[in-house]
Amino acid sequence: MTDSKYFTTTKKGEIFELKAELNSDKKEKKKEAVKKVIASMTVGKDVSALFPDVVNCMQTDNLELKKLVYLYLMNYAKSQPDMAIMAVNTFVKDCEDPNPLIRALAVRTMGCIRVDKITEYLCEPLRKCLKDEDPYVRKTAAVCVAKLHDINAQLVEDQGFLDTLKDLISDSNPMVVANAVAALSEIAESHPNSNLLDLNPQTINKLLTALNECTEWGQIFILDCLANYTPRDDRESQSICERVTPRLSHANSAVVLSAVKVLMKFMEMLPKDLDYYGTLLKKLAPPLVTLLSAEPELQYVALRNINLIVQKRPEILKHEMKVFFVKYNDPIYVKLEKLDIMIRLASQANIAQVLAELKEYATEVDVDFVRKAVRAIGRCAIKVEQSAERCVSTLLDLIQTKVNYVVQEAIVVIKDIFRKYPNKYESVIATLCENLDSLDEPEARAAMIWIVGEYAERIDNADELLESFLEGFHDESTQVQLQLLTAIVKLFLKKPTETQELVQQVLSLATQDSDNPDLRDRGYIYWRLLSTDPVAAKEVVLAEKPLISEETDLIEPTLLEELICHIGTLASVYHKPPSAFVEGSRGVQHRRLPPRAGSGESAESPDVGQSGTSEAPPAVIPSQGDLLGDLLNLDLAPPTATVPPVQPSMQMGAMDLLGGGLDSLMGDESDTLGGDIGGSPSMGAGLGAAPAAMPAALGGAPAIGGGLGDLFDLGGGVGMPTGSYVPPKTMWLPAMKAKGLEISGTFARRGGIIQMDLSLTNKAMSVMTDFAIQFNRNSFGLAPAGPLQVLTPLSPNQTIDVSLPLSTSGPVMKMEPLNNLQVAVKNNIDVFYFSCQYPLSLLFVEDGKMERQVFLATWKDIPNDNEAQFQIKDIHLNSDAASNKLQGSNIFTIAKRTVEGQDMLYQSIKLTNGIWVLAEMRVQTGNPNYTEMELSIKCRAPEVSQFVYQCYELVLKN
Amino acid sequence: MIGGLFIYNHKGEVLISRVYRDDIGRNAVDAFRVNVIHARQQVRSPVTNIARTSFFHVKRSNIWLAAVTKQNVNAAMVFEFLYKMCDVMTAYFGKISEENIKNNFVLIYELLDEILDFGYPQNSETGALKTFITQQGIKGQPQTKEEQSQITSQVTGQIGWRREGIKYRRNELFLDVLESVNLLMSPQGQVLSAHVSGRVVMKSYLSGMPECKFGMNDKIVIDKQGKGGTTDDPGKSELGGSGKQSIAIDDCTFHQCVRLSKFDSERSISFIPPDGEYELMRYRTTKDIILPFRVIPLVREVGRTKLEVKVVIKSNFKPSLLAQKIEVRIPTPLNTSGVQVICMKGKAKYKASENAIVWKIKRMAGMKESQISAEIELLPTNDKKKWARPPISMNFEVPFAPSGLKVRYLKVFESKLNYSDHDVIKWVRYIGRSGIYETRC
Repeated sequence: MTDSKYFTTTKKGEIFELKAELNSDKKEKKKEAVKKVIASMTVGKDVSALFPDVVNCMQTDNLELKKLVYLYLMNYAKSQPDMAIMAVNTFVKDCEDPNPLIRALAVRTMGCIRVDKITEYLCEPLRKCLKDEDPYVRKTAAVCVAKLHDINAQLVEDQGFLDTLKDLISDSNPMVVANAVAALSEIAESHPNSNLLDLNPQTINKLLTALNECTEWGQIFILDCLANYTPRDDRESQSICERVTPRLSHANSAVVLSAVKVLMKFMEMLPKDLDYYGTLLKKLAPPLVTLLSAEPELQYVALRNINLIVQKRPEILKHEMKVFFVKYNDPIYVKLEKLDIMIRLASQANIAQVLAELKEYATEVDVDFVRKAVRAIGRCAIKVEQSAERCVSTLLDLIQTKVNYVVQEAIVVIKDIFRKYPNKYESVIATLCENLDSLDEPEARAAMIWIVGEYAERIDNADELLESFLEGFHDESTQVQLQLLTAIVKLFLKKPTETQELVQQVLSLATQDSDNPDLRDRGYIYWRLLSTDPVAAKEVVLAEKPLISEETDLIEPTLLEELICHIGTLASVYHKPPSAFVEGSRGVQHRRLPPRAGSGESAESPDVGQSGTSEAPPAVIPSQGDLLGDLLNLDLAPPTATVPPVQPSMQMGAMDLLGGGLDSLMGDESDTLGGDIGGSPSMGAGLGAAPAAMPAALGGAPAIGGGLGDLFDLGGGVGMPTGSYVPPKTMWLPAMKAKGLEISGTFARRGGIIQMDLSLTNKAMSVMTDFAIQFNRNSFGLAPAGPLQVLTPLSPNQTIDVSLPLSTSGPVMKMEPLNNLQVAVKNNIDVFYFSCQYPLSLLFVEDGKMERQVFLATWKDIPNDNEAQFQIKDIHLNSDAASNKLQGSNIFTIAKRTVEGQDMLYQSIKLTNGIWVLAEMRVQTGNPNYTEMELSIKCRAPEVSQFVYQCYELVLKN
Repeated sequence: MIGGLFIYNHKGEVLISRVYRDDIGRNAVDAFRVNVIHARQQVRSPVTNIARTSFFHVKRSNIWLAAVTKQNVNAAMVFEFLYKMCDVMTAYFGKISEENIKNNFVLIYELLDEILDFGYPQNSETGALKTFITQQGIKGQPQTKEEQSQITSQVTGQIGWRREGIKYRRNELFLDVLESVNLLMSPQGQVLSAHVSGRVVMKSYLSGMPECKFGMNDKIVIDKQGKGGTTDDPGKSELGGSGKQSIAIDDCTFHQCVRLSKFDSERSISFIPPDGEYELMRYRTTKDIILPFRVIPLVREVGRTKLEVKVVIKSNFKPSLLAQKIEVRIPTPLNTSGVQVICMKGKAKYKASENAIVWKIKRMAGMKESQISAEIELLPTNDKKKWARPPISMNFEVPFAPSGLKVRYLKVFESKLNYSDHDVIKWVRYIGRSGIYETRC
């Protein structure tokens, strides 16, 4: 007979024709018609209009016809609930049929009709069927309870079906037991807290007995149910294991996997020194390997589970590496999974074999697979130190193939190898750099940039390489942008002289032109770090990085535990907890492994493997570990308060005291000149533009305008060279960093006026005009008291000295270090930023001499905690000379005492913001060289002490 | 549990659609078609999650079988069920093809109703199913009450795979030891991995409910028995190329008729067999495998446009035995323009469509060797990607078990009927075939 003809009826008016046929008197015709209806239903046509006609065919003694009608009913009852009622009578009648097959069919179908009205009628027949004499009917009725519960849970509880179902666990027929277990397990899942599946040793025993006798499917239901049980002690656990192990030889892979689940779970409870524990471990390996000879789909499920088992108990399969070797004809999903497990099992013992295989795989066709193989080589290098060298040379060989994706993948993993074994394989960098141009994937580009940044000092043209990436900065992915930013900052810190421009460029790209908050924030962090304290920046950015962990991609231990409890299920295939992909309350319960029993081991983590061979679970490093690591370093860096404020390497140029004086004289002239210029609109615009360019994170644009006007006149004050010490000019902004503008400078306090002495040099090829200056907020409110007076234009190779008067009435923000000053200088080309540090003596005011009485009282008044002790060495001055010298810098000696061959000088200082600093200086008079002085500083704001001390040292030594 | 089961043809048209659970809608049918069958790339996983619905699929020729669920089902069970479903369908109407499925759709619905209830697999043994679901529809009503209860007790019973009251005039059984030997060898002749996966397939035509006991030269059993325990060897089995006394079996699995607890405790294989043909056990060995053939490849690249290949095969078993259906497949690069082959024995042909030289030899005795040499002309290409050099694979059939497995006895006891073990005619046959038998070059 051929039923395929039913699929081909596509005529119009078909429904009408069918209706007629269904109402035909001839049985055969009726049956034909129902078949046609079912065929239409299958292909998705709506034949619900025929409902009454089809239901009319239900009253028949032809079982085949009956089944077809039932099939129709199950599909359409929901859409026609009122008419479905018509079928109830037949169901009820069929449930009384002498033929058990018919009784079962009726109860089975009735459960599938999800209409509330029908479920009410279902209760009585179901109750009877649950106690039917025929096991076939009982096993069908057991499942029907689960169906009914799905439609109306309350009804099932009210009718007491749950108790009847529980009774069926003790049924004499194993299949009834299995179905009852399946139904109860499902119902229990939707009532997480109910004690529905009341598993106790008696019921467990019944289940274990039924396990030996029921069908393969029944065995799965029972094993899956057993896995939810927690034995009372290790003895019970062992006895269950003993009865479950024979299932490992079942031909059905699902039975095997469910048995593995029970064993893996109950094993947790067995003491490890038990002989049986070792036996069990040995028994687990062969069936797991056998699963790999199943059909590919099952292999896939098995491999996903083995992946979990290997992470949980690596000892089980540690000798079985070979079975995971990839076969040429394996489907790709099997290949990828095998590869994963191979890496997990790689150890010193088998690494040679593994590497040989991986190299073989790296020449295959499937891109994903090849990539994973290359990545695996890198992971081997990280995992097995002894193999690292071979892995690296293998990777180099692969890079030589020039296959684009292989090269990119290899570079990504080599980066990780560098992180694991720093300063070992850098000789390969040259080879890597050759392939720079072929990298088009973000991850590979980022990796390469990281390498260049990390090893900038060994790569001669690191700046060129990075610059080449910078050109298309905005087209890069975030990953690459972030990495580029970090790499260039690293480069700058390693080779500050040549790369200022570059770092400037990347910082401005990251902070001003980017919409990405991560990038911008990182840019600001670096910028601020660099401008505040380059030494600290060095410590932070170039800090030693934590080594990469040996194991990667490990599943987090609690999740792993949960997944072990779900071996064989979808959760174990997805490697996700059921709650991640199951809707509703089902499967949301989190399963846990039972705690281990036994004397001393109860406190031990269940993760610890056998006989101490495995260690605590290694930390998981996410794939972007390096990026995160860099940021983490920022947090971990020590506070930078103790770093000396003047970076020795920055101290350049000859001492030129006179020059300072000249500058100030020149400044006078330029001031008057500048008066006109300052008023010009272009200048104003320039000033306005500068704050706008200042990043918001730096505290917003200081409102200078007002302060500027007030102090403008002061700027014209004659510089009075006093004894005050003026440090030599230092390089503040190298030409490389500022498109040819070089700025060096120093600070001076002359006759109560603070001045910033600047030398501007044009090292570019073009003329510079439109200079303006702007300060960021700082600790003492320093601000330009007038515009920057530059005789414009500044032609190439010309240097001019400018003296800028400063006021202390600007906005205040505490800086780190305290005396840090961030400056923005603008010209017609761009805005440039630099930071410098001023000696605190700049702020020591002329009326800083305190009354003796006040001094004594204040000294006592300031708590001793605020006292800071310093030593000043190698000073060849006696106390009077020192006192004179200090006075020039507004450090006033109030009193002098000589005690036991030591001169004690008591001194006071007042800062521009009104803070008093008191000092006691002890000078060894007995020693003709006066090499040592002791200084105690007391101040209500103790953080300035350090800087005051530095001023002492500076003044006394110069 | 399984929420629904769909069968599609290669175009993605639904042939069978059976929904078991309310959470699976009609749109699931389309979701699978769109996302998997019509997907552009190759299938990357047999399990697909589409909008929180999981699809498990297997393919038989160009027919797709898909099981659907929204719950955390036992994934291994679902696949086992799908395979079983294929077995059952094959047992009923032969090959799984679009035509056969359409011709038997009513039967398939009936089967699906019977073997899957609310998504829980039920008894799926064809032997039992055939007692009440037939291709002519369900057996007519005129069944006696005894017959009915016999059916139900068989479907639900402990021995669901065999019905009572079977009678044969001649009690006969056939045992086939079918092994496939798998090898992966390096070009230098180093065995990278080798294993035998074997099956013992039995055809039993026995009356009543016979109790059977099967024995083989399992190392564990032989060692336990000591040296004197060979008395019950019927001596009917012939030995292949091996003179080994016993073999180490890595693992074995059994048909559900075998009493697993008894195997676990005594390592004896006892069972009441299904009627007709079935697979009694599967096993796997990795130690002391007889590799029937060794392939020695030699590939030389002569310049950029020529490849010289020489392959020698050596047979490694008793000279009195004959291997059959030998086929060596030597892969050629994609840019091959021409091939010239010379072989001493058999026939060799370059098959451009398969990118391989296929060398066939009908028969070859043990301890012989044969050789093929080929010159492969290549078209110059600018394809940068290197040729992956797939391994040389081999097919063959040998009349012995490469694992060295020997059947020692198969005893039949039927206490109720008057025939004894000696009256049963027993046949044992050993066939060793190549599985994935590859040598890298």
